[in-house]
Amino acid sequence: MSNVTFKFDGVDYVGQAGDSLATALLRNGVLHFTDSTYRDRPRAVMSLWVDEPNALVNVDSGAGEPMVPATTVEITEGLVARSLSGIGDLPDTRDISRYDRAYRYADVLVVGAGLSGLAAAKKYADQGKTVIIMDDQPEVGGHAHECGQAIPTDLLSSLAHENVTHLQRTTVIGTYDQGYAVAVERRTDHVSSKVSTDVARIRTWHVRAEHTVLATGAFQRPLVFANNDRPGIMLSHAAATYVERGVKMFKTAIVVTVDNQGYTDAIRLHKSGVQVLAIVDIRKKLSKASKKSARKPAAKLGIRIIKGATALDTNATLDGILSSVVVLDPKSGLKETIATDLLAISGGWTPTVHLATYIGIKPTWSKKRAAFVVRSKVKSISTVGMLAGDFVENEPAVYFGPELDDTQALVAFVDHQRDATLRDLRRAVGAGMISIEHVKRYTAIGTAHDQGKTSGTLTMGLIGNLVGLAPDEIGSLTFRPPYIAVPFAALAGRERGLHTEPIRTTSIHSWHVAAGAPMEDVGQWKRPWFFPKPGEDLDAAVLRECRAARNGVAVMDASTLGKIDIQGKDAGAFLDQVYTNMFSTLKVGMSRYGLMCGVDGMVFDDGVTTRLGENHWLMTTTTGGAAKVMDWLEEWLQTEWPHLEVFCTSVTEQIATVAIVGPKSRDLLALLSPGLDVSKEGFAFMENKYADVAGIPARIARISFSGELAYEINVSAWYGLELWNKVMELGAALDVTPYGTESLHVLRAEKGFVIVGQETDGTQTPDDLGMDWIVSKKKDFIGKRSFSRSDTSRPDRHQLVGLLPDTSEFVIPEGSYFAEVQHKGATPPIPHIGYVTSSYFSGELNRSFAMALVHNGRARIGDRVAIGNETAVITEPIFVDKENVRRDG
Amino acid sequence: MLHIPCPYCGPRDETEFHYGAGANIFYPEPSSATDEEWSKFVFIRENPKGWHAERWVHSAGCRRWFNVWRNTITHEFGPTYKPFTEQPKRPA
Repeated sequence: MSNVTFKFDGVDYVGQAGDSLATALLRNGVLHFTDSTYRDRPRAVMSLWVDEPNALVNVDSGAGEPMVPATTVEITEGLVARSLSGIGDLPDTRDISRYDRAYRYADVLVVGAGLSGLAAAKKYADQGKTVIIMDDQPEVGGHAHECGQAIPTDLLSSLAHENVTHLQRTTVIGTYDQGYAVAVERRTDHVSSKVSTDVARIRTWHVRAEHTVLATGAFQRPLVFANNDRPGIMLSHAAATYVERGVKMFKTAIVVTVDNQGYTDAIRLHKSGVQVLAIVDIRKKLSKASKKSARKPAAKLGIRIIKGATALDTNATLDGILSSVVVLDPKSGLKETIATDLLAISGGWTPTVHLATYIGIKPTWSKKRAAFVVRSKVKSISTVGMLAGDFVENEPAVYFGPELDDTQALVAFVDHQRDATLRDLRRAVGAGMISIEHVKRYTAIGTAHDQGKTSGTLTMGLIGNLVGLAPDEIGSLTFRPPYIAVPFAALAGRERGLHTEPIRTTSIHSWHVAAGAPMEDVGQWKRPWFFPKPGEDLDAAVLRECRAARNGVAVMDASTLGKIDIQGKDAGAFLDQVYTNMFSTLKVGMSRYGLMCGVDGMVFDDGVTTRLGENHWLMTTTTGGAAKVMDWLEEWLQTEWPHLEVFCTSVTEQIATVAIVGPKSRDLLALLSPGLDVSKEGFAFMENKYADVAGIPARIARISFSGELAYEINVSAWYGLELWNKVMELGAALDVTPYGTESLHVLRAEKGFVIVGQETDGTQTPDDLGMDWIVSKKKDFIGKRSFSRSDTSRPDRHQLVGLLPDTSEFVIPEGSYFAEVQHKGATPPIPHIGYVTSSYFSGELNRSFAMALVHNGRARIGDRVAIGNETAVITEPIFVDKENVRRDG
Repeated sequence: MLHIPCPYCGPRDETEFHYGAGANIFYPEPSSATDEEWSKFVFIRENPKGWHAERWVHSAGCRRWFNVWRNTITHEFGPTYKPFTEQPKRPA
């Protein structure tokens, strides 16, 4: 054994390689770990593993961990940790460790590498199946390993089988439908206390297995008596294991038990040199088998056995450390106080049912085992070992602790981490609660870091005692993933920062970045927000950009619009169904704006669709709605109208679109494409022309989303940047001005154009938006029938209107609700009549303006409304060029 | 995460699919449907405990819609069937 130095609470200690922090500290005589969170009671290590409720620590070395049980931290040279009472601290620095992820399919996933898990892995491996076996402990072997027993070599050698993937330090944190499981593998913290940047610190495994074997074992249960939380009181299996590993601080021990495990552990303690003063067994009579296997061997070693008795209370030194145990015979009422260093408790086994309950398998109560066990009826899941109740020979009594008066109950702890006591349970039951789900929420039992690993069954048993029901009549144990606390970084893996989700950029993106444009996220797209000149802020830049669009020429990258290529002889008829307006009559080479509704008649997307050929169309969708529209088109084609010959292909990424906007855009287009007839008569609104633009083959569409004369130049995405550069170069003479999404929004709002998703939230009909003009009366289309429903056709729905604030510099915050004008300045609650969907300052109008949805809005034009201390007038939702004069230049 | 049996591609993770609610809900002829028939089509869906015939689209795969029986308690999948084919019997 080699020595390892580490620091705990500022003090240097030496432990041994392979020690957990808990073992190492006990080895150094540190018993009083911390004080409890709510009641400041001295606490110490109680268990061996992740069920530990007391000894939580904050690891400060390496990547750091804010809150982990000391029982699960493996010491390494230079480890720095400190005790916690309450919540830990997240490190201030960014975690630069590496995290990664693995995906695996297997015939069989075995969770737990104790003897029964190993046997299952061997069985399936021998059958030629691919097996993944995962175990959360550092060493293989589960309880057998903890008890120092040798693992049968045939079981160990099967782990080396080529079909077997064997992972230790790997905790399955969640089990899901169809054999899906997620596990975290700790790969570096046990090797070094330094941050690991070359090897992934934690690997998250996503496993899909045909069959899952749960061999998750069991945790030992404490008992509930007065002052059952003092340092020096431990679970007997943990105490015996620590002592066997070389912890020498306990000279004497009393074992209080309800089953044969207490005898096993008493003998282990005895053999390791601890003087066992007594085994206190609540059971008077035992079966023959138990007498032979448990009582006789203990008696033979000279250990005193007190039958039919239990612990009632404990006493402590001035430091709060256990000094003696009050033993009670509940039948006779006789008490005896015995001084001891260690009180080892064996309250029965609690099988680790978590992973089974995650997938909906209910544990069942077994009186013979005094435990909830899991016997899976689901074909694809089997349970083995202690989880399945393979400890019946332990012959436990169904016993959770002695009768206590109220003063004693106040210090009889059920959930140590929450400092929740038997008294709290009595209050819960007194308040009428019986269901475990209610009691849990009322007392907070089971809601701390350990998620009720030790307190769950105890709580059900104790409530049962209070109301005279069996534990399974109180409810059933349900847990939710994750099984242990998991760093978010482990789940994120490498998908952090820029890798959080895919980033979509246009072919012109590099120019925007070089120009210093801040980006706006639109779905996964990065779009330039505005193009500031030196010293400009957003407002100044937008005023300048909009001025260029309204008075000169401005240019925008419109490549992010969703584009769907639609072909087939029935495409026109199909579009007539999909859009509220008619498309089949559109001439080849022309574009038309269209609105789409769901079957409920609510607007869900819009865009311009162009007829490229007799049976060939190009649909554009909103930037964020492209995928949804694609699914929608396919749904109708595949599930309602399969007789239509229509084919849809996403071409969003294939086409780059540069919009040139403003009264001088015609001059710019003439410069870019000298041979093209750009005259008002020769190139009509909504017309498309094919021509070379700056030497690049292009389709030019005369479309406007600003109300100004405007053209959209569409080229293959390969040429997007080249086209943009040419536009900037040739447009310099006209002072062409690039603009971003903010100006785009202002320009369209001034013109009263809606943005689906901004003016709409899925509850607006075309009529609500004042767009009845686009709804065909002649033909049917998806959603039309819903317009005649009583709710959709009532005249007083929320309708889109404009708002002009009376204070012309006041830009109403978007999303603001407003009220009748008499409520100006009133303190809420006041009834609201509508809300603002878009709001900007307009250079063109030299004032602020907004769009809003208002109850019965169109009938209220001219009325005033109150927004806090401000007022505004309801107007039509169009502010610039109502007569459409400007779009023709 | 569900493992969904796409009848065209085989079993794939749920993240590749979009859900399409109940299957075999027929689009009524809009011009002749009564208010009641129409509102039933638009708004009313069954939410059974147990086997449920439903639609999925393999959006990130073959992009095709299909129907499948799924048990809403166990999340077990029953037989799949393509649109306009006969619905297999509800699994036992």
